[in-house]
Amino acid sequence: MDNSASQAVPTPAKDERVKELTPFKKLMNKPWFASAAGALLVFSVFGISAGGSGMFNLDGVINWGQVAAYLGIISVGACLLMIAGEFDLSIGSMIGFAGMMVAIPPLYFGWPVWASVIFAFVVSGAVGWLNGYLVIKTRLPSFIVTLAFLFILRGLTLALAVMFTNQTIVSGVGDAAAKDPLVSALFQGVVGHDFFVWMGNKGWIDVSEPGVPLVNGIPKVIIWWAVIGLIAAYVLAKTRAGNWIQAVGGDANAAKNVGVPVKKVKIILFVLTALCACLFAVLQVCDIGSAAADRGLQKEFEATIAAVIGGTLLTGGYGSVLGACFGALIFGVVQIGLGYTDINSDWFRVFVGLMLLVAVIFNNYVRRRATESR
Amino acid sequence: MQSVFKKKLVRGVAGALMVMSLGAQAAGAKFVLVSHAPDSDAWWNTIKNAIKEAGQDFGVQVDYRNPPNGDLADMARLIEQSAAKNYDGVVASIADFNALKGSMGKVTAKKIPLITINSGTAAQSEQLGAIMHVGQPEYEAGKGAGEKAKASGIKSFLCVNHYATNPASFERCRGFADAIGADYKKSTIDSGDDPTTIESKVSAYLRNNPDTQAVLTLGPTSAEPTIKALQKMGKFGKLWFATFDLSAEIGKGIKQGGIQFAIDQQPYLQGYIPIAVMAIMKRDKTTDLAKVQAALKADKKFQYRLAEYGLAPAYGPRHIGSGPGFVTKDNIAKVEKYAGQYR
Repeated sequence: MDNSASQAVPTPAKDERVKELTPFKKLMNKPWFASAAGALLVFSVFGISAGGSGMFNLDGVINWGQVAAYLGIISVGACLLMIAGEFDLSIGSMIGFAGMMVAIPPLYFGWPVWASVIFAFVVSGAVGWLNGYLVIKTRLPSFIVTLAFLFILRGLTLALAVMFTNQTIVSGVGDAAAKDPLVSALFQGVVGHDFFVWMGNKGWIDVSEPGVPLVNGIPKVIIWWAVIGLIAAYVLAKTRAGNWIQAVGGDANAAKNVGVPVKKVKIILFVLTALCACLFAVLQVCDIGSAAADRGLQKEFEATIAAVIGGTLLTGGYGSVLGACFGALIFGVVQIGLGYTDINSDWFRVFVGLMLLVAVIFNNYVRRRATESR
Repeated sequence: MQSVFKKKLVRGVAGALMVMSLGAQAAGAKFVLVSHAPDSDAWWNTIKNAIKEAGQDFGVQVDYRNPPNGDLADMARLIEQSAAKNYDGVVASIADFNALKGSMGKVTAKKIPLITINSGTAAQSEQLGAIMHVGQPEYEAGKGAGEKAKASGIKSFLCVNHYATNPASFERCRGFADAIGADYKKSTIDSGDDPTTIESKVSAYLRNNPDTQAVLTLGPTSAEPTIKALQKMGKFGKLWFATFDLSAEIGKGIKQGGIQFAIDQQPYLQGYIPIAVMAIMKRDKTTDLAKVQAALKADKKFQYRLAEYGLAPAYGPRHIGSGPGFVTKDNIAKVEKYAGQYR
């Protein structure tokens, strides 16, 4: 995550060949800095245009925070895979597919929900492995292989759902999940309910009636996002595995020559991306209570956009998890924030596109400034 | 951009005039309609136009929100957003009761008035704590059509169901059968949605049951092959024939006299009525639905819209049906003129 650390750390004895960097410049050199600045920019824009609309009230923050968190989870996987120089277009389809794997077995085969969740993770991981294996074996661009899986998985989702249930929306699994202690503890509802009730009683947050706060806790998806983001950021920045990922994406041949298990790294990252998509699906199915054949449409693009805004290079070898998380935050805020302004929703996509373009250009500008100043 | 600005200006001026002329208390109120339809779904354009006109008529602002890809999980977020944004009222379609009950609960928890529209049932609407439901109850729509058939002396019929995967679709056949006193199970076929199959299934049924007096189809998918089947058998224009929904082919059939009428769910009303009801509630400071309905019926602007577009709501004690509206030879010209815009 911190390529410039070796240059930035001054040697104890002053060396005139090494230029001293100011703390500000050091900050500018961080890969995530530009997207953090971009996020700040987006927040200021909405702070001005939608400040009084409830967007920054507690329930408003939770509202767009959830959208950012869902996207954040898949963009962590997508970002690591992109840093390693590969690409996964099947993320969105995997979300729909995994959702069906969670929802159908409990409702139609009488499985306990925890078993269907494990089943979904195992099958998703296996599809991720297959993606990776095919990319390595055939030496085809991952773009093509995963494009195929975009269609295969979306088609399977529809075909299998209709075959087993005669429906394209399978609902009712939310209640079953709530009765499953393991699944509801991990994936459903909120964290810190008592704390929010206490704050409500103190009059610090809005309540709908005494003892019932409007926001009754932090949705678990936000916690998952934070945990996964932090672990991935740590692994990428501070561990040998992280160095391998950077090296594989920078120059796979050179990495192989110095003994990095290139194939293994890539396949593991494909599996990880698929597991992130599956986690997205599990959380969503538990929250919404249903799985649908059209869930996750275009999420592969959103995850990629989040990673790119976050400073990850499309060609691999450079990027950061923290940046991708800021990217997801920007995307979530822009996507949802527009609804808090009075803009007609016909213009929605135009504005999302423009905001993203502005964010990326701004991001690139900051990065160029940072790299030129070295 | 400019047209949006212009529209807003017009809306703003209209709103200001309302305040001056009527002293309308609802002016300045902001409502939102959240649908489940993806951007590509053109059917909802009529509803978009309806909320715009209701906003003008009552001097209120109405936003339209939808999940761009039609994803219900995204729709749930949009409903939560409308709660967080503190709208003065929320209108939403019950696309999937289970998926949306949580987020609609967040609207009612903040004591924001909620009206449900389109899909879903009146019972679900009440369970969600909504003020009312504005839709076309399937059974009532079928029964309404059946009563018209009964008046023409029909005692037996064939119901061509092309989307048997949707359990609600059978309610239409059942309502029709109950009205004319027929056995609905014996009169209904699951035709599938392939036109060739539908055509041959309809012909086969009519050959085996030659004394069938009437045909009911549940939409253009089954209506168009049925028209062909009847034409080939020389029965088009001889059998009593009615259908749900409209298409160019159905319109032609009505004009030729081969189809008695098409049952239209009048989407315009699903947009207009909820906004009007919430605006009246706010303006008159009342939650008494009888008073609100009386005020709605007395509203000159609403009556003008109904007459102009040839629409007729079905008022109930709590819920208001947007349909069934019957498109016949008499009003088909009006319907065709406004199809896709206000009908």
